[in-house]
Amino acid sequence: MKLAKTILIAEPASTSYFKHAHSVLPGFGIALGFTVFYLSLIVLIPLSAAFIKTFTLTWGEFWATVSAPRVVASYQLTFGTALLAALINAVFGLLVAWVLVRYEFPGRRIIDALVDLPFALPTAVAGIALTAIYAPNGLLGAPLAQAGIKVAFTPLGILVALTFIGLPFVVRTVQPVLEDMERELEEAAKSLGASNWQTASRVIFPTIFPAVVTGFTLAFARALGEYGSVIFIAGNMPMVSEITPLIIITKLEQYDYAGATSIAVVMLVASFLMLLLINTAQWWARKRRAEEKV
Amino acid sequence: MRYARLLALLVSLAALNSCGNQDSASPKGASEITLLNVSYDPTRELYQAVNKAFSAQWEATTKQKLSIKQSHGGSGKQARSVIDGLEADVVTLALAQDIDEMATRGKLLSADWQKKLPDNASPYTSTIVFLVRKGNPKAIKDWDDLTKPGVGVITPNPKTSGGARWNYLAAWGYAEKKFGDETKAREFVKAIYKNVLVLDSGARGSTTTFVERGVGDVFISWENEALLAQKELGADKFDVVIPSISILAEPPVAIVDRVVDRHKTRQAAEAYLQFLYSEQGQEIAAANYYRPRSLTVAKKYEKQFPALNLLTVDQAFGGWAKASKAHFAEGASFDQIYQPGVK
Repeated sequence: MKLAKTILIAEPASTSYFKHAHSVLPGFGIALGFTVFYLSLIVLIPLSAAFIKTFTLTWGEFWATVSAPRVVASYQLTFGTALLAALINAVFGLLVAWVLVRYEFPGRRIIDALVDLPFALPTAVAGIALTAIYAPNGLLGAPLAQAGIKVAFTPLGILVALTFIGLPFVVRTVQPVLEDMERELEEAAKSLGASNWQTASRVIFPTIFPAVVTGFTLAFARALGEYGSVIFIAGNMPMVSEITPLIIITKLEQYDYAGATSIAVVMLVASFLMLLLINTAQWWARKRRAEEKV
Repeated sequence: MRYARLLALLVSLAALNSCGNQDSASPKGASEITLLNVSYDPTRELYQAVNKAFSAQWEATTKQKLSIKQSHGGSGKQARSVIDGLEADVVTLALAQDIDEMATRGKLLSADWQKKLPDNASPYTSTIVFLVRKGNPKAIKDWDDLTKPGVGVITPNPKTSGGARWNYLAAWGYAEKKFGDETKAREFVKAIYKNVLVLDSGARGSTTTFVERGVGDVFISWENEALLAQKELGADKFDVVIPSISILAEPPVAIVDRVVDRHKTRQAAEAYLQFLYSEQGQEIAAANYYRPRSLTVAKKYEKQFPALNLLTVDQAFGGWAKASKAHFAEGASFDQIYQPGVK
């Protein structure tokens, strides 16, 4: 338990919820009022429009729309590739953040700036660039095609695009936590006789894990709704490489507003539940860890 | 107390909002007017040329400066934008049905718009042909060759692309003529779509996939788009193959009554569409690879547009309303290709 005790010093004491101590900001009342009003204006009211449009359908029509085989195949593809891309980013984003924080090397600032590019680039540009490179006549696509691997115009291409746009989320959430982590902790662990593995798994990892999960969640959420970059590289074949946002757009273009919003509602609810689940698990893990230490 | 503050905030915001957004209608008889032409995907080059010629003519005759803006995209998407409020003075789309939607859903123009101009309101026509790689390595001659295993086909999604609907109907029409049987036609079209490698949302996207990305062996394309690709990228890269039967595509044009009345641009918009039917307009259309209606211009460009057996949607499918219900509606023949058994 010695190790755990040392960590406690670095962690801020957990604050209890609903307790509002004196703070520099104006009172709790107006702050909460503003938060609720602002969230309603920016998030809830626009989203509720989707629900209202959906209610023009009967329950049977709604179910037929959202459970059509083509739509179900697109859920599997969208959620599957988004999850996989977020996992890849969690692993490799952590690695990138670690290298950027822990090592000094020439060109580090340039690499650091490169990480943000997927944020800044219009997604359509990203999609076109990735497609040009991974197409069977592209720079990387040609040798891959010779090896029998098709990337552009397959689900693999979707994964590449989603990994690309999600990378900054993990790097940028993990980086500050790593920077704030005191090296003395690791030294203390070592001097107290911890092996390299123990130091990594019991000192470093617990500290950065919440940040990795946050980055993962952000990357996942971003990938779920991504349209611009995917559409160019996906191939868009029904049942194979057609993402849910494309089905929504297709329905809109056929003036099927209610059909489009019903699928949007399914995506919204599913995404919300998954994000809620991840956030709750994270909150619960943090709480349990805090209790364990005391 | 906190609710009172919130209410105050809400009220002040609402007041702020109503101050903006004042109507700014342009005065009548201004010395400069603007037209917006909302069009479909492959007409960019055509309307660039038309706009230049027409605004010069308009300025010369009326001494009024005219600037014409153009917007391009999948035909269905463009129509939806206009219904949702994009202020198009004229629309020049790929399908009559898209303009019908504007009339019925948006009430933006009268339902008999297609009678207001000659030739079904289509000043130029086109058809569907095949673009293949130079030397035609897969020996593609006709629609049958698209069903053979190992032939990679590129076409846009008929749900979102007007051009793709013409492609689909041309294939269906060919099969129905050949087999004289709807079930066989269904199988035939299904076999073609089994060979489709990439289903882009618009015609221009498919051109990029085939031409720039090098994907596929044959691209089912608008004739104008195929000829343009050949011209832009060199005749040494692609060949155009004319199938034995294709479809007469009539891309229609119309004035959006509600918008021109509000903008006070009816006169210019009418002259603009009339210009498309003039000898000069026809000549520009032909030079941009659209088949002209004018017989004299057609004669001049005879070599560019070989004669072929053309079906029309009215003859072969009983009109667009019927065709789209049977093939492109939810659960219709196109959907059944990918999810059999769904009604």
